[in-house]
Amino acid sequence: MKKLVDIKINGKSYLMPEGITILEACKRAGIHIPTLCYLEGITEGGHCGICVVEVKGARNLQRACITKIKEGMEIYTDTPLVRKARKTIYELTLANHKSTCPACQKEEPCEIRKIAKNIGLSEVEVELLFKEHEKDRSIINRDQTKCIECRRCVNTCEKIQGINTLIVDGKGFNSRISPPYNLPLKNTPCVFCGQCVVRCPTGALTEKDDTEKVLDALQDPNKYVVVSFAPAVRASIGELFGLPPGTLVIGKLVAALRKLGFDKVFDVNYGADLTIVEEANELIERIKFRKTLPMFTSCCPAWVKFVEEFYPEMIPNLSTCKSPQAMLGAVIKNFLPELENIPKDKIVHVTIMPCTAKKYEILRPDIMGDIDYVLTVRELAKMIKIAGIDLLSLEDEEEDIPFGEYSGAAAIFGVTGGVMEAALRTAVEWLTGETFSNLDFVPVRGMKNIRIAEIDIKDLKLKVAVAHTLKAAQEVLEKIKNKELDIQFLEVMACPGGCIGGGGQPIPTTEEILRKRAEALYTLDKNKEIRKSHENPFIKFLYEKFLGNYGSEKAHKLLHAKYSHKPNWDDIFNKSYEEICKEVLKY
Amino acid sequence: MIDFKVIGTPILLRNIKKIDPESIEAYIETGGYEALKKALKKSPDELLEEVKKSELRGRGGAGFPTGIKFEIAKNQKETPKFVVVNAEEGEPGTFKDRIILENDPHLVIEGAILAAYIIGANYGYIAIRPDYTLAIKRLEKAIQDAYKYGFLGDNILGSNFSFHLKIKRGAGAYICGEETALLEMIEGKRGEPRKKPPFPPQKGLYGKPTVVNNVETLANLPFIIYYGSEEFKKYGVEGSYGTKLFCMSGDVSWKGIIEIPFGVKLSEIISLAGGVKGGKLKAVILGGVSGSLVKYDEVDIEVDYHSLGRIQAGPGCGTIIVLNDKRDIVDVCENIMRFFKDESCGKCFPCRLGTEASYRIIKKIKEKKANLHDLFNLERICKTMKNASFCGLGQTAPNIILQSLQKFKDEWLSHIS
Amino acid sequence: MKEKFFQKSLIEDLLDEQNKHPQKYLPPKTLKKIAKKHKRPIPQVYSVASFYPRLSLKPRAKYIIRVCENLACHMEGAEKVIEAIKEFLNIDFGETTKDGLFYLEKSSCLGLCSLAPVILINDDIHGNLTPEKVKEILKNYIEKEKSSKN
Repeated sequence: MKKLVDIKINGKSYLMPEGITILEACKRAGIHIPTLCYLEGITEGGHCGICVVEVKGARNLQRACITKIKEGMEIYTDTPLVRKARKTIYELTLANHKSTCPACQKEEPCEIRKIAKNIGLSEVEVELLFKEHEKDRSIINRDQTKCIECRRCVNTCEKIQGINTLIVDGKGFNSRISPPYNLPLKNTPCVFCGQCVVRCPTGALTEKDDTEKVLDALQDPNKYVVVSFAPAVRASIGELFGLPPGTLVIGKLVAALRKLGFDKVFDVNYGADLTIVEEANELIERIKFRKTLPMFTSCCPAWVKFVEEFYPEMIPNLSTCKSPQAMLGAVIKNFLPELENIPKDKIVHVTIMPCTAKKYEILRPDIMGDIDYVLTVRELAKMIKIAGIDLLSLEDEEEDIPFGEYSGAAAIFGVTGGVMEAALRTAVEWLTGETFSNLDFVPVRGMKNIRIAEIDIKDLKLKVAVAHTLKAAQEVLEKIKNKELDIQFLEVMACPGGCIGGGGQPIPTTEEILRKRAEALYTLDKNKEIRKSHENPFIKFLYEKFLGNYGSEKAHKLLHAKYSHKPNWDDIFNKSYEEICKEVLKY
Repeated sequence: MIDFKVIGTPILLRNIKKIDPESIEAYIETGGYEALKKALKKSPDELLEEVKKSELRGRGGAGFPTGIKFEIAKNQKETPKFVVVNAEEGEPGTFKDRIILENDPHLVIEGAILAAYIIGANYGYIAIRPDYTLAIKRLEKAIQDAYKYGFLGDNILGSNFSFHLKIKRGAGAYICGEETALLEMIEGKRGEPRKKPPFPPQKGLYGKPTVVNNVETLANLPFIIYYGSEEFKKYGVEGSYGTKLFCMSGDVSWKGIIEIPFGVKLSEIISLAGGVKGGKLKAVILGGVSGSLVKYDEVDIEVDYHSLGRIQAGPGCGTIIVLNDKRDIVDVCENIMRFFKDESCGKCFPCRLGTEASYRIIKKIKEKKANLHDLFNLERICKTMKNASFCGLGQTAPNIILQSLQKFKDEWLSHIS
Repeated sequence: MKEKFFQKSLIEDLLDEQNKHPQKYLPPKTLKKIAKKHKRPIPQVYSVASFYPRLSLKPRAKYIIRVCENLACHMEGAEKVIEAIKEFLNIDFGETTKDGLFYLEKSSCLGLCSLAPVILINDDIHGNLTPEKVKEILKNYIEKEKSSKN
C-alpha cells in the first residue's frame, strides 16, 4: 500500500497515493483535465501543454500529465491564467493544423475538435502556421499539413512495434514527423499495422480509403460482389453505432451488408478454419519430418512483412499457410464460379478487416487478384451510415453457405493467443489420435505481451509461445536466435491484443475496451457447438469436393504462400543520398 | 583576440595572458592545483560547508546556489556520480567561458576535480560546443598533463579518490546549454530537455546523480577552497559574493570581457567600457537575450541579485548588450525572436509554435502592417510561452519582448497603423 | 562503466565522420555504420543527426561558411556582410556554390561578439567584417584553392 498524501484540488482536500500525477489525482477527484499528446503507457507527455494547471508556489504553470503530487500540494485546474494559457496554446496548435473538417477523412469523434470544445475555444486569432506538404499516399496516407507533432505516432512506432518508421526529423518549428528523408511509407519497412493511425488525434494519418471503389462495384450490374468479414470485426463494430464495447454484432451486420447490396455475405472465420487445418497439418509434418522449427504463424501480414524485412534468415520458420483472408479469397475466386455458376471475372470480393495491413496483403504477388478491396471496420461503418442504414433496427440474418459456417476455434482468431489455441485444438487431436472434450488452452490466453506454455498430453510434449506487438515479437525472436528459448510453435500478432486492437478498429482502443472485445470472442467460441476447425462440415466438404487431402498439391497451390527478403533499414541506408533523393517526397 | 579588463583583484582572470595556457607547470607555478592538494587533506563534508558558506551562485544564468546543488548530489546513494562542466556557451552576446577555457584551462579542470571530490563523483565531462576549437585543443592538452601529474586518474595524488575527466563535444544547439538537454546530448540523443523533477543532482547522466555546472562557476572553486569562503566573501556584496565576468558588446566603445566584483553599478560598467557609442543610452540587454531589458533611466543600479531583483532583472550569465537611442526596439525584438524560433528544440507546443507565431507578428509590426489586435496577440502568446513552456528556453524567450512592451510601449505603438 | 566513459559519444562519432567526408555531410551509409557501432536503430540516429545544426544530412561543400546574425552581429551590420557573401558567391542559405567549394549556413551566436560581425569558414574565425573585407577573404580562399590545384 502506497503512502497517502494530503493535497488540495481547487480548494478541496483529498488523500491520494504518493507518486501519482496531478492528472491521475484530478481524474480520481472527478475533475477532467484536457490532454492531447499524453497517451497512457505509450507517451510520457509533456509536449503539448494543454493539461497545464496552477500549483501554489510554483513559478510556472505545471503540466498535469508529468507532474507528480506531493504532500501539501495545492492545485488549481480552472483559473483565468490556466484557461488563458490553454486557449492560447490550443489556438497555436490549431493554427498549425490545416483544418479541412467537413472533408477530412478523420472520423468523429475527432480528438482535436473535441478538445477545442472542451476548453471552450471558439476562434483562432493568430496567423495560420501550417506548412503545405505533398501527401504521401499508400496503404496509410500521411498529410503533414494536418500534423501537429504530438509525437504519439513516433512513440507508437518505436515502443509498440520497434520499427521506428515515423521519427522526428529536424528541430524546432522546422521539424517534421515523417520517415527518414521524408521517404514515402511504401519505400520504408513500415508494416502498415496502422497503430499510428488509431492514435493520431488528427487526420494526418489515415488509412487508404477504398469505400468509393466498393460503392462503384456495388452499383455495377455486371459485377457479382461478395463480402466476407473478419473474426474481430463482430466484436467491435457495434461501438461505432453506440453499443457498449464487447457487444457482438453478427446477424445485424450480415443484414446491413446485404442491404448495402452485396450478393453474398461470407465469413473470414471460414477461412480461419481452413487455415487451421492446413497449418496444423504443416506443424505436424514439420515435427514428424524434423523440418524447420519453431514454426511461426503467418496470419498477420504486418508480422510476416516484419520477418521478411528484419529476420530474413527466419523466413523458413514462417508457416507457408496463407492468412484466413487470403485462403478464403483463393477459395471464393476459384470455387464459387462452379458452385454458383458465375464467371470468375464477374466476381468482386470485398473483405471487412480490423486491419490496415490487410490492404497491403492483397497486393502480395501470390494473393493478388483473389481479393479486390479491403475495408476497415471504420470504413464499413462509414458506408453503412452514408447509405442511411439503421444498423441497430435490422433483423438478424445469417451468413451464406458454404463459406459462412465456422467453428469456435475460428471465432477466437481475432485475439492474441487465439490462432495458437485453435491450432492446438486440431493438432493435439491429430498428433495423439484421440478426441478431447476440454478444449480450452488457458495458458496461451491473456494480455501479457509474451506468454510461454507447455502442452503435455499423453506422449505429446509441445512448447509454444505467443507474442503480441512486434516489439515483443522481436524479444522472442532474439531469444530463439540466441538459443535461450526452445519452442516448436510461435504465434505473433502485430497489434496489441491481436486483431481486436487492430489498426482498422474503432477509435479509441483502450485496455478496457480490448478486454471486452476479447471476452466477446471467447463467449462466441464457448457457445459454438463445433469448436474445432477440422470438424467444420463445410471444411470437410471443400476438401472432398475440390482439394483432396490436407496439404495436397492443390491445397498447396491455392492456400500456401512464398516469402522473400524485403528491404529493411540497412538496405535503405546502403543507398547513396542521391539515390534516396529520387524516392523522396518533395517539399 | 578577445580583449579583457579586470577591475580590482581578479579571481577568474588572474592568469589570463600572464601564463602559457598550454603549460601545466606555468599554472602550478602560480599556485595552481594547490587548492586540490589542500582539499584532499580535508573531508568532502568540510569542503561542502565551505562552498555553502561562500554562497557561490551558478554563473550560467539561473544563479542557483552551487553548494546546495552539490549537497543534493552528495546525499544520493546511487553511484557512479558525474560532474558535467557546461561549456555549451551559446547565449547571444556571451563569450566569457571561451576566454577562461582558452586561456586558463587548468582552472576549470581543477574546479571540476574539486566538485567531484565534494559530491563523490568518479567521472566528469566537459561538454563543449564543437566550434570552440582552440579551447578544445588546450583542454585536451591540459587534461593529458593533469593525468601525467596525477591530478586526474585513479588515486589522485596518492589519495583514495579517483576522478576521470573527458571532453564531450556537442554539435551546436543553443538548447544544449539547458542542463538536461546537455545530458541528453552526451547520451547521444536529441538535445531535448527532460522533465524536472527529478533534477540532475538526483537523476542525471545515465540516470545517475550529476552536477552540471557552468565553466565560470567551477573556475571559482579553487579560490574558495584555497583561500576559504571568508576571503571569497570580501568580493562582492551580500547575497552576491565574488566577481563576475561581463561580456560587453553592442553600442559600446570597447568590447570584451570585464571581471568585476558584484555590486558595481551597471552605468559604471558601461563607463568602464568607454561608454555608449553612436548616441545616447537607450537600454541595456542584461544577461543575454533571454535575460532582462534595463531602460536608460534604470541603469544607475548595482549589479547584484538583490538590487536587480527590484526591477525584475538579474545578472544572468553576465551579458551586457548596450543599445543606443538610434536603435529600434521592434527591430531588436524581431532579431531576438528570430533567434529563439530558430533555436527552439520543438519538444513543446508553446515554445515551438509560440516563438514562430510571435516572430511573425513582430515582423509584421516592424513592417508597419500590423494593427493593435496583433500587438495584443503578441503579448498574449508571449505570456503563455513564459507560463507554459516546458523548459527555460521557452519560458525566458519572451522576456525582452514582454519587458519592452512595458518599458517602450509608445515605440511599439508608433509602429502600429 | 569506465570503458563506456571513455568511448566517443554518438554525437562525436557523427561529427568526426562528417568532417572526414569531402562534402562535409553524413551519407546514409555513414549513419548506418555509426548506428551499428552504438547499437541504435538507424532511423533514431538519423533523427538525432537531424536535430543538431552542426550536422548535415545533405551534401555541403569543402568550406562551410557559418554566419551569425544574432543581436551583437546584427547591430554591427551582419546582414550587409551576409548579403555581400550571397552576392559574391551567388548562393543563398543552404546552398553550395557551383564549384562545390562553399556552402552557406546560418549559425547561432558564435561566442565572438566583441568581434562582431563575425563568421566562421570551417574552423577559422573572421571578425570585424565589412562587405568589402569579406569579399577579400573569400577571394583569398578561392586563390588558395586555385594555386593548390596547379
